Amino acid sequence: MQRPIEVLMPAMSPTMKEGKLSRWLKNAGDKVKPGDVLAEIETDKATMELEAADEGTLAEILVAAGTEGVKVNTPIARLATGAAATAPTAAASRPEFPPAPPATAKALFSPSPGRPVLQAPPAAVPNVPGETAMLTVREALRDAMAEEMRRDPNVFLMGEEVAEYQGAYKVSQGLLEEFGKKRVVDTPITEMGFAGLGVGAAFAGLRPIVEFMTFNFAMQAIDQIINSAAKTRYMSGGQMDCPIVFRGPNGAASRVAAQHSQCFASWYAHCPGLKVVAPYSAADAKGLLKSAIRDPNPVIFLEHEMLYGQSFDVPTGPEHLVPIGKARIARAGAHVTIAAFSLMVGTALKAAEQLVAEGIDAEIIDLRSLRPLDTATIVASVKKTNRLVTIEEGWPFAGIGAELAALMMEQAFDDLDAPVTRLTGVDVPMPYAANLEKLALPQVEQIVAAAKAVCYRR
Amino acid sequence: MATTKRKTAGETGVASPSPQVLLRYYRDMLMIRRFEERAGQMYGMGLIGGFCHLYIGQEAVVVGVQAALEEGDTVVTSYRDHGQMLAAGMDPNGVLAELTGRRGGYSKGKGGSMHMFSREKNFFGGHGIVGAQVPIGTGLAFAHGYRANSRVSITFFGDGAANQGQVYESFNMASLWRLPVVYVIENNKYGMGTSVERASATIDLYTRGGAHGIPGKPVDGMDVLAVRAAADEAVAHARAGKGPYILEMKTYRYRGHSMSDPAKYRAKEELDRMRQERDPIDRVGKLLIEGGVVDEAGLKKIDKEVRDIVLAAAEFAQNSAEPDQSELHTDALIET
Ligand SMILES: Cc1ncc(C[n+]2csc(CCOP(=O)(O)OP(=O)(O)O)c2C)c(N)n1
Ligand SMILES: [Mg+2]
Repeated sequence: MQRPIEVLMPAMSPTMKEGKLSRWLKNAGDKVKPGDVLAEIETDKATMELEAADEGTLAEILVAAGTEGVKVNTPIARLATGAAATAPTAAASRPEFPPAPPATAKALFSPSPGRPVLQAPPAAVPNVPGETAMLTVREALRDAMAEEMRRDPNVFLMGEEVAEYQGAYKVSQGLLEEFGKKRVVDTPITEMGFAGLGVGAAFAGLRPIVEFMTFNFAMQAIDQIINSAAKTRYMSGGQMDCPIVFRGPNGAASRVAAQHSQCFASWYAHCPGLKVVAPYSAADAKGLLKSAIRDPNPVIFLEHEMLYGQSFDVPTGPEHLVPIGKARIARAGAHVTIAAFSLMVGTALKAAEQLVAEGIDAEIIDLRSLRPLDTATIVASVKKTNRLVTIEEGWPFAGIGAELAALMMEQAFDDLDAPVTRLTGVDVPMPYAANLEKLALPQVEQIVAAAKAVCYRR
Repeated sequence: MATTKRKTAGETGVASPSPQVLLRYYRDMLMIRRFEERAGQMYGMGLIGGFCHLYIGQEAVVVGVQAALEEGDTVVTSYRDHGQMLAAGMDPNGVLAELTGRRGGYSKGKGGSMHMFSREKNFFGGHGIVGAQVPIGTGLAFAHGYRANSRVSITFFGDGAANQGQVYESFNMASLWRLPVVYVIENNKYGMGTSVERASATIDLYTRGGAHGIPGKPVDGMDVLAVRAAADEAVAHARAGKGPYILEMKTYRYRGHSMSDPAKYRAKEELDRMRQERDPIDRVGKLLIEGGVVDEAGLKKIDKEVRDIVLAAAEFAQNSAEPDQSELHTDALIET
């Protein structure tokens, strides 16, 4: 006897919560074998195929083609199988897609017709002061690069999968189409090599943007970043400028375990000769990236995968620059200062909402720039609130929080009514298990508790 | 399951393998295929998180190489490691429970899909950084040479990894010191979305040891018998103290790079052709039927046995508890 099993909406990526069921490739009544493509699913990142995992007959389609916002794990079809059915079945994802044109010539600098335009370049936005548009962080970063590449022909982007694939996290979407393969360069997987190559190109006066697929892989290249990019100007008595941006996602992604999930903010912030920024909002992502590209020094630009899809208001127009070295008061408050950067600003803002109910009015500082650090803004805030809680995903030892605590000792000692409290990632490599991963990172409740503690509330 | 994959004493039969050997290859490859299909499915259900790189399509490579090994030989590979572990004789329950991040997993749920290890089976991981396992495998070979124990290190890496600098640093040392290592390049034609042609100035990866005096060979990685034959030769070379050897396995991954790969970089026809004409499991299935070893029903029976093992593993992986919270702090360093 045939017992129907449910085909569930699959998760295609660690962060996917819902997607669009764009089309069915099988109809009710069709026979299917494992591996047959049942449907196409679309997310903000990609379109993928849903494969059958079991043999049987497609008994019923439960979610019509074209339905948006289908939650992961919703039953989308019923499959009648001959065999005793097993666990409820979601088919696994497998990609589809129009054949990419064969890539032949490797020469970067010969004129080439380039690939057909897959997607229109970002529409030109009128430069009206004060006007804003909602953009994701991903789009804001792309727009920043595109604007700077239009402005300065010496700016180019290189990294793994930045061109044809449109970026591993789709940050460079559309750039190859607009700027061609001379200026949007796919590299082999050779981080040490292309980071060093970028440094050489910068010495020669170009303005490379080097994308690391994630900053975890920049560890392969850290010698070139520190020993070559950061130190050469000093060693050359000021002759050798190195105008380069190293950018990519940093910090804890979701469930990718120890080698792919860590924060490098304090590693780079430790080093003279570098500037280090880590924005939270899309407006800052755009304005800071533009400043970083125009900066004559090497800049480490730390993004966050979990922020790429988040939307914020961004000033339109090509001259939206955010100065490196200036913090931003993300929320003004009177009772306690909470300093954070990157994704943790959002976590701190959530904590601040909860603290209102406790009668605590928190001031949230988005550090934005870690080197140089906007000490004046932090000190001014602490002089007002007399308390500081710091938050970061990175490890505690010699972390950003440790630096802030030391600075308060030096510059705001008499203003402190409580010891500076650090909230950090737990001092272990990132575990994979869901429960342990959550315990390893600062959570809203911990921020609330820390803020209450420094306010001597129970 | 956990049938031992190690070469049995005196077993030859590479040119015309015995029915038993063929059956074993078939079953071992099918085990990997069914396991990976289930893993893909469980990922879709949200039971597995993060990155999950499936080995589907490449089964003949690891099964053929493992068949050429002896007890004590060591293996190290990349994040595309599930099939490697099954072929090394590791328990599917423990592998799948690691994928679900549960305490019954090989790393107690702390490593996940990309990071699993077994001292008992001489499997040294499961490494997430492209190319990083290559010096590590070379170091395992250094230890084998140091101990003069006749062991061989098998170091797997991808076509994309073949461009990392540390690969060539390793090649030089391995050749300089005649280390007993076989480098197995799993050339599945793509490193993520980049074809070998777009990433490599020269595409015959088996020649990459040339500058260091390391012999190399291209192998049909979709044919387990060809893999076995080449592995026998390369392993014998390393075991005899003649130094490193490179095997370039021409293979193919059917699925995306990891679960969230839109795969716009390759033609669907390319994939379909591979699946229909070159599938490593179908190939051996056909040999078995043509040789009269089993009939269709016999193959179905094997499939059923394999599915049952995988189902039991899935059950185990879902029912094993999450790690105890205290595990967050253990294992970072040995207490001294
Ligand atoms: C040093 C480093 N750079 C980049 C990555 C991201 N990444 C993971 S797998 C991969 C492609 C590797 O391709 P290949 O070596 O051919 O192995 P395959 O995935 O095909 O098995 C990349 C770029 C990484 N994990 N480590
Ligand atoms: Mg590959």
